Amino acid sequence: MADRAQPVSARPGTGAAACIAALVLGTLAAVAWRAEPGGGLSAADWAAVRFTLLQATLSALFSVGLAIPVARALARRRFAGRSALIALLGVPFILPVIVAILGLLEVFGRAGLISQLLGLFGLDPIRIYGLHGVVLAHVFLNLPLATRLILQGWQEVPAERFRLAAQLGFDAPAMFRLIEWPLLRQVIPGALAVVFAICLTSFAVALTLGGGPKATTIELGIYQAFRFEFDLGRAALLSGLQILLATGAAMVAIRLAQGTGFGTGLDRSLRRWDGRTTLARTTDTVWIALAAAFLLLPLGAIVASGVPGFAGLPFVVWKAAGVSLLVATASTLLLLLAALPMSAAIATGRHTAIELAGLLGLAASPLVIGTGLFILIRPIADPFLLALPVTALVNALMSLPFAMRILVPRARDIVERYGKLGLSLNMGHGPFLWRVFLPRMRAQIGFAAGLGMALSIGDLGVITLFADPDIATLPLQIYRLMGSYQMEAAAGGALLLLLLSVGTFWLLDKGGRHHAEV
Amino acid sequence: MLKFDDCTIDNGGFHLAADLSVYTGRIVAVIGPSGGGKTTLLEGVAGFLPLSQGEIYWNANPLSDTEPGKRPVAMLFQDGNLFPHLTAAQNVGLGIDPRLRLSPDDKTRIDAALTRVGLDGLGPRKPGALSGGQRARVALARLMVQDRKIFLLDEPFAALGPALKAEMLDLVAELARETGATVLMVSHEPDDARRVADEVILVTDGKARPPAETAKLFADPPDALRAYLGDA
Repeated sequence: MADRAQPVSARPGTGAAACIAALVLGTLAAVAWRAEPGGGLSAADWAAVRFTLLQATLSALFSVGLAIPVARALARRRFAGRSALIALLGVPFILPVIVAILGLLEVFGRAGLISQLLGLFGLDPIRIYGLHGVVLAHVFLNLPLATRLILQGWQEVPAERFRLAAQLGFDAPAMFRLIEWPLLRQVIPGALAVVFAICLTSFAVALTLGGGPKATTIELGIYQAFRFEFDLGRAALLSGLQILLATGAAMVAIRLAQGTGFGTGLDRSLRRWDGRTTLARTTDTVWIALAAAFLLLPLGAIVASGVPGFAGLPFVVWKAAGVSLLVATASTLLLLLAALPMSAAIATGRHTAIELAGLLGLAASPLVIGTGLFILIRPIADPFLLALPVTALVNALMSLPFAMRILVPRARDIVERYGKLGLSLNMGHGPFLWRVFLPRMRAQIGFAAGLGMALSIGDLGVITLFADPDIATLPLQIYRLMGSYQMEAAAGGALLLLLLSVGTFWLLDKGGRHHAEV
Repeated sequence: MLKFDDCTIDNGGFHLAADLSVYTGRIVAVIGPSGGGKTTLLEGVAGFLPLSQGEIYWNANPLSDTEPGKRPVAMLFQDGNLFPHLTAAQNVGLGIDPRLRLSPDDKTRIDAALTRVGLDGLGPRKPGALSGGQRARVALARLMVQDRKIFLLDEPFAALGPALKAEMLDLVAELARETGATVLMVSHEPDDARRVADEVILVTDGKARPPAETAKLFADPPDALRAYLGDA
């Protein structure tokens, strides 16, 4: 018995992992082959590297720095709407970036709410384009994630420790030194690394709010080299650079980060005895109110500004929405087709290589994969005709690490708990898969599918490389409308996109959990 | 006869040696301290753990090359014996056909088995809607329809109260006598062994001793058993 019998087969998962590794490494090889290191990096390229690192560092520092007081306030306060607010913190993760940006423009833009307020006092409107804007958008998108990561750390402090602190009459400094600081020291590096890694490869934010010699990221540089100059050698060179940075950042983030921020039960409230002074109450209230306003105002602005344009949305927007739904459905199916067998294989104990294949999506940026695929496809077919399949494929690849984090723990649990029972009943791989594995994974499959669907619907990345003027996904269509200053149609489209991404996520997640016995 | 022929069961670094035989139709309690290897012994028979030496025979047929599901063995685990998303009847039905393609005759058998364990009419319920004792009964009904020659019980009733546990053990003994099955049941409680077991296998320090008659063994316990039982 060299090989222990397993209730599910590891073979399909190993195959899926091999396909993914071949896809990612193949595109990277294509990029390396086309890169022209002879020319070296121009001054503009170096500026892009510096800007990328600068914006990612600032975004991580602000997101995490602001998340600390917010998480602390949420951890020790109980108030009406607390659960709703914590649930709301999960929204920016699936929020289409282009929607977030439109919302932020409504609040912080030249004609936005804040600038109008400043105007009342005779002050100049704030400038949102450039470094400010990029960092602001990244903080908007990642402050909630950072808050959830830190909150998760807070929830893991045993309740006894707070009771002990109350018994011993800890004051605020003692509380900080003995409980809060040790906890923060554990979670902050991971949170910083995760946000840094996300912002390093962020593309849509730089595309809409950055640009120009002073605010171009590497990812945007790849796009410009590709789209404006059609200089594949330079795009490939920048891609190589991006791979190095992204892999490094992803490796650090995986090492340091403990939670995922997806964990449920974050809204569980613990009875606490500290923080009862007026000062503590006031600061907590202010932080919670600020965070809620920062999240809710742009979302509210999208709804408010989208409604008037919604009825008269041009046909191209509806068509683009149809395209997006199609692409996202295909992408979600691809995602599950890879993630389910891979999680089953990992659950049977064949993990390391398959887990690594699942993480490749974190290290490779969408535009790098897109560039590589373009280089590979061009000799065989017209890449522009394959814009939509390529988008679906790359979106699935990018969602894979998240799907794996959702599916693997449950798959392990099922195999551990019911594997022997299935084997002793002589169930065989097929019956175990259909009768036990898939039904018991249903809630997680729904969650992963919802996430994959929402991320794909909202994605504005690789499609920008491949799309010709006749074809667009909804985010790309909104971007084009913004570019031609049709702001009402753009706002209406953004509302539609918001409804589609949040709606499909909600439906799939809910559908998975419906009547699922635990 | 179930024969452990000078075999060593390999539980990832922990090894259990057994060289003993159990006669067909006997109910045998497996007792001993935690970590001594009781579960390892059962999982070796079930086929979840490999042998690093020797062979286990059932009626002179070696078991090593047989997959767990194809062995003449039905096993109940400490917990997780039922699939929570399937009904009681479906859980029992898995013992007849793991693909759950059940004929009307099969369904009659399932109902009869449920009635036999005292769960008449509860077939459509899911485990979540049953009490702990009722869940144990569903698992026993499945054991009945599985028609296997060896029952392996790894303390499936540990979470039940004393009275309920005694009732379940009596039911197991009845079912085993009816079907002529051979039973190996892990237990922590000498009383359980006294209640239903013909013989006792003592497992300590990575070694399973040959079965001894229950009454005689407790009347004059060897040192290893005395150490396990304590002074009481």
